[in-house]
Amino acid sequence: MTMEQTPLVEVTALRKFFPIKKGLLRRTIGNVRAVDGVSFSINAGETLGLVGESGCGKSTVGRVVLRLIEPSAGSIKIKGADITGLKRQDLRPLRRQMQIVFQDPFSSLNPRIRVGDIVGEPLKVHNVGDKKDRADRVAQLFQRVGLRPDQMNNYPHQFSGGQRQRVSIARALALDPGFIVADEPVSALDVSIQAQVINLLMDLQRERQLSYLFISHNLAVVEHISHRVAVMYLGRIVEYADKTSLFAKPLHPYTEALLAAVPLPDPSLKRTKHRVEGDVPSPINPPSGCHFHPRCPYAEPRCKVEAPVLRDVAPGRQVACHLR
Amino acid sequence: MTTNVNTMKFSFMDNVLYQAKRYPLGVAGAIIMTVFVFAALFATTVAPLDPFSTNAKASLAKPGGVFLMGADMMGRDVFSRLIHGARVSLAVALGATCIGSGFGAVIGLACGYIGGWFDLLVQRVTEVMQALPLLVMALVITASLGPSLPNTIIAIAIPLIPTVSRVVRSNVLSLREMPYVEAAKAIGMSEWRIAAIHVLPNTLAPLIVLATAQLGSTILTEASLSFLGLGVPEPYPSWGRMLSESAAEYVRTAPWLVIFPGLAISLVVFGSNLLGDALRDALDPRQRD
Repeated sequence: MTMEQTPLVEVTALRKFFPIKKGLLRRTIGNVRAVDGVSFSINAGETLGLVGESGCGKSTVGRVVLRLIEPSAGSIKIKGADITGLKRQDLRPLRRQMQIVFQDPFSSLNPRIRVGDIVGEPLKVHNVGDKKDRADRVAQLFQRVGLRPDQMNNYPHQFSGGQRQRVSIARALALDPGFIVADEPVSALDVSIQAQVINLLMDLQRERQLSYLFISHNLAVVEHISHRVAVMYLGRIVEYADKTSLFAKPLHPYTEALLAAVPLPDPSLKRTKHRVEGDVPSPINPPSGCHFHPRCPYAEPRCKVEAPVLRDVAPGRQVACHLR
Repeated sequence: MTTNVNTMKFSFMDNVLYQAKRYPLGVAGAIIMTVFVFAALFATTVAPLDPFSTNAKASLAKPGGVFLMGADMMGRDVFSRLIHGARVSLAVALGATCIGSGFGAVIGLACGYIGGWFDLLVQRVTEVMQALPLLVMALVITASLGPSLPNTIIAIAIPLIPTVSRVVRSNVLSLREMPYVEAAKAIGMSEWRIAAIHVLPNTLAPLIVLATAQLGSTILTEASLSFLGLGVPEPYPSWGRMLSESAAEYVRTAPWLVIFPGLAISLVVFGSNLLGDALRDALDPRQRD
């Protein structure tokens, strides 16, 4: 990672705790530590893959970065400007620069609104052009994402999952943002459609110098699209590296286990016998020391006591493990 | 699935005709409702006889001849009284349902959106209101406001608010978490606009069903109120009162006094339900093609 340019997105020590309230007085009796001190940066035209098991807080990171959920602590900078403390109305113009594509192509489009209006909605909210300009722009967007402009008057239910995801992408592109959070954008699609959507996202990135925060649990997809990868476990980043070195030699035991769980397309290949057993512990009461120690095959006594910090092990490569 | 049929913009009339063809039952409901509304609007010209003039000779006259649906104890024409009664009954039914659903929807939306202490407080008030039977509450309200048509409408509308607001609130709570609402936030849409464009239209279906179901019960509540002397003041006929006045005394000797008002009430309830169901489906784009 070179320091010569300011990153497009810079997230520092981000925390999001969801309080658990109980009783008549709604007293806080605990916190769900969904995101517990996450830092990363994304350069223009770069994709950061964020991987981890269900419930590790990766989707929460995506939402907090866009301030769809308010962070509990930490800072978020877009093009060097801190957006963490901004008021709603001050944040509005900045929303043009950052958008999101959701996982579920069915619930991410309002069933009562024509897809053309869905894609045109961001333009309307930000008063871009007049009615005709907007319709032209929407038609262009439709063409760009591989839909026919004459489908603009259709309703979402008339489209397939893949087509709906294209509508979502068109909506996200409408304001020409520099940064898109893609929250598991292909997990709900058929494999053949996944490839099409991934390729569309990659083409768009090349064309428009887009930056993605690509959230996924599918390592094969992440390997294909990402430049760098952050591995998350229980609200923390445990490993952070460029794609090639991460997939060639995972350092953190958790990353190792994740990679070992990827199905190999060749049955004659021998796989390393390394599995993680059990479930992700509760983020309400995470294990002491290293969060991963109860499931780690290499755990030592100090792992139970001392929480490892994310430290540099090679240029642009960080890992949070006492043993590496 | 993606055909070109829907890509052409249809005019409003085309759309109405298209929907009418798809929901014949809805059309039947619409016709029933239109007939009643017309009867109510032009009651003075449509009614063959004066609904107020008494005639001792015609007391309890059987249906047929001048008295199409017979006459009541005081010799007043039942058919004419039914037509005039449609004014009161429909005004109360439509008025109370609209006011009740309208306020209920707004309160439910506010509760679902604002949440917190506001929601907690409103929900407790709603629970207190729901603990009282509809009629008892309507009784208390009319008793304090005094009997008149607008007061009757208000008295019947207020008890409807809790049910509607609860349904809307629970719907809003789930809709607020929908990704398309998040997407709207992500593009910087204001909360008001999100509520109006994304949340409210998606609670329409249960709202319509609820409103059409309530239409019938409002007519019956009005009947009970009138029977107890707290509805629309006396000489003016309402279906409910015509029915309840004669039910006990004349059901054997002059059944037409009970059958015809009962039929009128059932027809309106039936018609509004048919219309409501068809409207709910026709307004949902998922039900097309």
